Amino acid sequence: MIEFESVTKRFGSFTAVDAVSLHVREGEFLTLLGPSGCGKTTLLRMLSGFETPDSGAIRIAGEDVTALPPYRRNVNQVFQSYALFPHMSVRANIAFGLRMQKVPKAEAARRVAEVVELVALGGFEDRMPHQLSGGQRQRVALARALVPGPAVLLLDEPLSALDAKLRKQMQVELKRLQKRLGMTFVFVTHDQEEALTMSDRIAVMRGGRIEQLGTPTEIYHRPGSGFVAEFVGEANLLAAERVGGGAGEAVVVRLEGGLELRVAAAAWPGGAARARVSVRPEKVCVAKRPIEGAENVFQATITEEIFQGAFDHLVLRTDAGTVLTAVVPNESAIMEALHEGDRVWCGLHLDDIVVLGP
Amino acid sequence: MSSVLVAPKHEPVSKPSTVPAPPKRASRPGRSGAWWVERGLALWTALVLGFLYLPIAVLIGYSFNQSRLNITWEGFTWRWYGELLSNKPLIDSFKNSLIVAGASTVLAVLIGTTGAWLLHRHRYRFARAIQALVCVPMVMPEIVMGISLLVLFALAQVDLGHATLILAHTTFCFPFVLVAVQARLQGLDPALEEAALDLGATPWRAFWLVILPCLRPAVVAGTLMAFTLSMDELIISLFTAGPGSRTLPMQVYGMAKVGLNPMLNALSAIFVVTTVAFVLFTEHLRRMAARGADTTFSKP
Repeated sequence: MIEFESVTKRFGSFTAVDAVSLHVREGEFLTLLGPSGCGKTTLLRMLSGFETPDSGAIRIAGEDVTALPPYRRNVNQVFQSYALFPHMSVRANIAFGLRMQKVPKAEAARRVAEVVELVALGGFEDRMPHQLSGGQRQRVALARALVPGPAVLLLDEPLSALDAKLRKQMQVELKRLQKRLGMTFVFVTHDQEEALTMSDRIAVMRGGRIEQLGTPTEIYHRPGSGFVAEFVGEANLLAAERVGGGAGEAVVVRLEGGLELRVAAAAWPGGAARARVSVRPEKVCVAKRPIEGAENVFQATITEEIFQGAFDHLVLRTDAGTVLTAVVPNESAIMEALHEGDRVWCGLHLDDIVVLGP
Repeated sequence: MSSVLVAPKHEPVSKPSTVPAPPKRASRPGRSGAWWVERGLALWTALVLGFLYLPIAVLIGYSFNQSRLNITWEGFTWRWYGELLSNKPLIDSFKNSLIVAGASTVLAVLIGTTGAWLLHRHRYRFARAIQALVCVPMVMPEIVMGISLLVLFALAQVDLGHATLILAHTTFCFPFVLVAVQARLQGLDPALEEAALDLGATPWRAFWLVILPCLRPAVVAGTLMAFTLSMDELIISLFTAGPGSRTLPMQVYGMAKVGLNPMLNALSAIFVVTTVAFVLFTEHLRRMAARGADTTFSKP
C-alpha cells in the first residue's frame, strides 16, 4: 500500500530520517513509535507531503508521490493540535475536503452525515470549534480527515492532548473504527502503551532509523535490541557471560552481579562469550515457597517494595548479588503477602530470557 | 505549648478589630494614608482627563458662538455649520481626502497583508533586514519622508496630484497593516494551513479560505488605522500634493494660518462627533460578533 524506499531527510546537518525502507500493508494499523527526535513525525510528514525527501522514493498504492504536493495526494491527516478551522462550523470543517474536491452538494451532505454518525457527533454539526470539548474536537478532526475517503489516514499523536481516561477510550474507538473501515492507518506516537493497544504492527524508531518492525507481541516479547526492550515496557537489562552448558537446549550464563541462569541455547548467539539479556519484570515469578516447573530457581531478598495499585513493584537482590526488578499482582487475601525484607524464591522460565546479542 | 495557647488568644482580639475597621476609617476623612492616596489619584485622573478633553469641549462649545472671535461668548448659532457646508474649497478638499484615504487604505491593506503572509510563510535570505526596512517608515520623521518622496517624484518627472498623494500615503500606511497582521499570524497554528492543503486546497485557496478569515480582526484593525492615518496626514501631503489635490488637513491648515475662524471649530466638532460615533459603532459590531458566536450556534 505504502512503500518507503531508502528515504532520507536532512535538516541542515541533522539527519532526521536515515535511509528508511518500510512497507505498509493495505488495511493495516501501523504505528511509528519512538522518542522525540527519532524521525517518526518527519517520516509521516513526507507521507502527507509537507516535507520532501532528500533522496529515496515514496509510493502510495503503486503511484510515486515523492514530489507530489500535499493537495494532490490521496492521504489525509489528523493533526496533533487538530487544526480545526476556527471560523467554520463543525459541518463546514468536515465538509471542507469534499468542497475542495467539488463534490456535488447533495452527495457532500450525505457523506458528511454518514461520517458524523460514524464518529458520534450527531447534534453538534452547527457548533463552532471553540464550543466543543477536547474529545469532541478530536472527533471533528477525525471526521474531517475521513470524509474525503483517503487511501491512508495519517494520525500525528492525535490523542496526546486528551486526559488519561478519554485517551484510553479513544484508543479503543480508533482501533474499532479502523477495523470497521478496513482503512490503512499510519499512527505516530511516543506512547508505547498506545502503540501496543492499537497497532497491527509497530515500527520502533531511533535516530532516524527503524530499530525494529513487528507485531505488538513480537516487539514486546522479542525485543531486538536493548533500546526496544527499554522503550516498550520495562525491562531488566543485564550483561551476561557464558560460563558453560551447551548440554541439550540450554547454556549457562552468569549475569552481572553473579547470578547464574540457564538460557535457551538457540537464543544464544553462536560461539559468543558475552551478550546482553532482557527480562521483563512480570516474568519473574516470586513466592515464599520453592517454585516448581521453572528452569531457573533462585533465592532473593526483597530490598524495596513500591505500591502501584493493581501491581507491586519489587526490587530483588539475589543471593548471588544480582539486582532484578519484578512486578507482581497485588495479592488477594488468600495469597501470601510479600513485603520489604522478606526472603523469597524466584522462578524464571527459559524462554522468558531474551538474548539481545553482544 | 505556650505559643500554641497564645495564638488563639490573639485571634479573637485582632479579628473583630480589623474586620469592621475599614468602613470606620473610610468614614473619617483625613485619617489614613490610603484615603489620601485614593483622593490624590482621583484628582490626578480628573486633571489628566480635563487636560485631554477640556480643549475639545471648549472648541465644540465655541462652534456655536455668534462672535467671530473665539474669546467672547455672544450667543448660540448654527451659522458656522451652514457656512461650512457651503464652503466650496473646504468641501472639495474633504472629497480629496476621502479619495486619497480610500485608495491608499485599499492599497496598504493589500500590500500589508500579503507582505505579512509572505514574510511569515517563507524563509528569505534577508528576511530580518526586509522586516526592519519595512518598519522604518513608521518611525521616520514625516518631513524627511515628504522631502524624499518629492525628490523622487521630481526625478521621475511625475506631476504632483492625486496619484502621487495616494502613493505617498500608501507608503506610510502599509507598514501599520503589515505589523498588525504579522502579530496575528504569529499566534496562528501553523497546522491550519497544512490541514487545508492536506484536504486538497491549493496554497492560494488555503490562504483565501482559511488563513485570511483567521486574520480578519487584524485586517480590520489595520484598515481602520490606515484610513485614520491617511485622513490625518498633513506634512507629507504638503510635499506631495498638487494644486488640484489639496486634502482637508492642508485646507484647514491654510485657513488657520490666516486666522482662527469659528468655521474650523464647527469642522472639528463634526470630526469629533463622527469619530466617537465610528468608534462606538465598531465596538458595537465587535460585541455583536462575539455574542453571535456564543449564542447563535449553541442551540442544537
